[in-house]
Amino acid sequence: MGQIEWAMWANEQALASGLILIMGGIVATAGQFTKWYFGVYSIGAGVFVCLLEYPRGKRRKGSTMERCGQKYMTKVLKLFGPLTRNYYIRAFLHLGLSVPAGFLLATILGTACLAIASSIYLLAAVRGEQWIPIEPKPKERPQVGATIKQPPSNPPPRPPAEARKKPSEEEAAGAVGVSGGPQENPVPVIDEVV
Amino acid sequence: MGNWVVNHWFSVLFLATWLGLNVFLFVHAFLSYEKADKYYYTREILGSALAWARASARCLNFNSMLILFPVCRNLLSFLRGTCSFCRCTLRKQLDHNLTFHKLVAYMICLHTAIHIIAHLFNFEHYSRSQQATDGSLASILSTLSHQEKGEGSWLNPIQSPNMTVEYVTFTSIAGLTGVIITIALVLMVTSAMEFIQRSYFEVFWYTHHIFIIYFIGLGIHGTGGIVRGQTEESLNESHPHRCAESFKHWDDHDSHCKHPQFEGLPTESWKWILVPGVLYIFERILRFYRSQQKVVITKVVMHPSKVLELQMNKRGFSMEVGQYIFVNCPSISYLEWHPFTLTSAPEEDFFSIHIRAAGDWTENVIRAFERQQSQIPRIEVDGPFGTVSEDVFQYEVAVLVGAGIGVTPFASILKSIWYKFQHADHNLKTQTIYFYWICRETGAFAWFNDLLASLEREMEELGKVDFLNYRLFLTGWDSNIAGHAALNFDKATDILTGLKQKTSFGRPMWDNEFSTIANAHPRSVVGVFLCGPQTLAKSLSKRCHQYSSLDPRKVQFYFNKENF
Repeated sequence: MGQIEWAMWANEQALASGLILIMGGIVATAGQFTKWYFGVYSIGAGVFVCLLEYPRGKRRKGSTMERCGQKYMTKVLKLFGPLTRNYYIRAFLHLGLSVPAGFLLATILGTACLAIASSIYLLAAVRGEQWIPIEPKPKERPQVGATIKQPPSNPPPRPPAEARKKPSEEEAAGAVGVSGGPQENPVPVIDEVV
Repeated sequence: MGNWVVNHWFSVLFLATWLGLNVFLFVHAFLSYEKADKYYYTREILGSALAWARASARCLNFNSMLILFPVCRNLLSFLRGTCSFCRCTLRKQLDHNLTFHKLVAYMICLHTAIHIIAHLFNFEHYSRSQQATDGSLASILSTLSHQEKGEGSWLNPIQSPNMTVEYVTFTSIAGLTGVIITIALVLMVTSAMEFIQRSYFEVFWYTHHIFIIYFIGLGIHGTGGIVRGQTEESLNESHPHRCAESFKHWDDHDSHCKHPQFEGLPTESWKWILVPGVLYIFERILRFYRSQQKVVITKVVMHPSKVLELQMNKRGFSMEVGQYIFVNCPSISYLEWHPFTLTSAPEEDFFSIHIRAAGDWTENVIRAFERQQSQIPRIEVDGPFGTVSEDVFQYEVAVLVGAGIGVTPFASILKSIWYKFQHADHNLKTQTIYFYWICRETGAFAWFNDLLASLEREMEELGKVDFLNYRLFLTGWDSNIAGHAALNFDKATDILTGLKQKTSFGRPMWDNEFSTIANAHPRSVVGVFLCGPQTLAKSLSKRCHQYSSLDPRKVQFYFNKENF
């Protein structure tokens, strides 16, 4: 289990918890349950967690599949620097966020799931993992013109006549069976078509 | 379109049946709880949320029953074996077991959400009617437990106005098991996301065993009898249609109506999950038994680019082309089983796999064998599973496309075709094969190179050079390689692979390939087989439609995409 990046799983778990918090919050608020204001909090916390967790971090080894449209949130997260990079902060943040939702039955599932995500993040932090943003690849295509070098100023050194036969001319010579063309064949060409 | 229907009719039928059953069970349960007299008083407090909760519970039971079947791979193999006379499409369906397993899992998640939301409303309604002081029918019903001592013919699980819904949830069997199994479900789903499963298999594998908690919890979930309906006796005595209006006068001396008596709904989850649970236990026992049988490693070959080939023997092992086995190496990890496609042909007297370094477990295995100790690590094998392509032998002309690691099953297929050809096997209808191998660079597949080279040699000896036509496409080329190749254009063998067929660079131009094949075989049925990415599948199947002639007597292309 040496190469596992726990943060990747914690990320999935936290994202799922965010969605569960939002759903529970909506049910409690719409149904006007007792203590429904916790539901409102839960919706807010859920949205925040989802936004925070949406951009996937870069894996240390191998390529990472981005989530659709995550580059906008990546930019926002990068602004916060160490606050978003460090997983200890995330672990405690999620733990803190999950507590108020635990007072309402509708959102208690979100609390449990977010607390689990927080503990996986803690494990990731202990193992020294960090959130690295996925940078867009620089869109560099080699310009066609740039690969053409300056035309040579001297004519190429010419190898002896036999070696100068090009494959296309060799085929043409073979097919036609005539030793025409710009060079003289020192050996007579025999058509050996069977 | 016609091709798609021919290839997929069974899947469509199967899924339609499954969805239909789900809808039927949901609607049936919904109507029964919404309309039945037994739950008249329950509905008085809870409203429609009762029916929603029970209907989704019925579907949850149904899907929890189904979800274990697709992963009983030995059972499926057995079914496949007995169905040898079945059409090919039935056998292909049995290979889509994992897809079905995931679909059922998503359905379980959906119904879990409905079930939980409905029960949240239920608890809230119970709580409100317990606290209501307006003397309505609902509040009378909620106070019923105070009337009867002892057995308690109560309806509302919330017994006092001070009891919170959270308290009831965590002190009732249903509530507590519900929370536990939902958390288990969430953990199973998040660790099974494609990304996690592909990259960190161990996390997925170990976490997914929480399903044991899920099933045990599900079985216990309904034992508390928290959903209550009126007893038969009470219905006969004081039917709600007669007595509901006069609820203020229940148990009065001159009233015909007594207080209704309630009983808890008997638990039914265990009835649904008992059979698949037992089957799955058998499956695990069978896997264990099969894995205990001795596997003799006859040959270990280290190929370039860290590819390990293991040739093995096991008593009673028989395989078909393109099948895969699960391999366990107890000295590396006691519990992990990893799947590998078999690279040997059924006609050979051993079976082999090629292990490429692609993660923790594979690297450890390769290292363990590299050390060349006198005692090679023990290997356990379960399988073979899956079936592919006996269809390959049924087509006069076969077009085989292997992309990247997808080339592995074709090793088995090509070898088998060659053996059949040599022994003039009547089952082999194939006259010509076009094999396209597309990969970034041949490094990790140098062993496949050698296979092609030896096939090439043997065919030359037999004088059947045009039986197998293969083209290798390197997509990871750069100008150096291309330049080198151009300079050595006139050499007889390819400089990169040493094969007689030249390596091409970039991706194949399928339009050219298909039209060449169509011209060369104007009256044949051509089977196209792919093991590779989805985008390539789309591209090939489009070409198959395009180049199939409208006249059924002329060239027809049939596309088969297999999940190897």
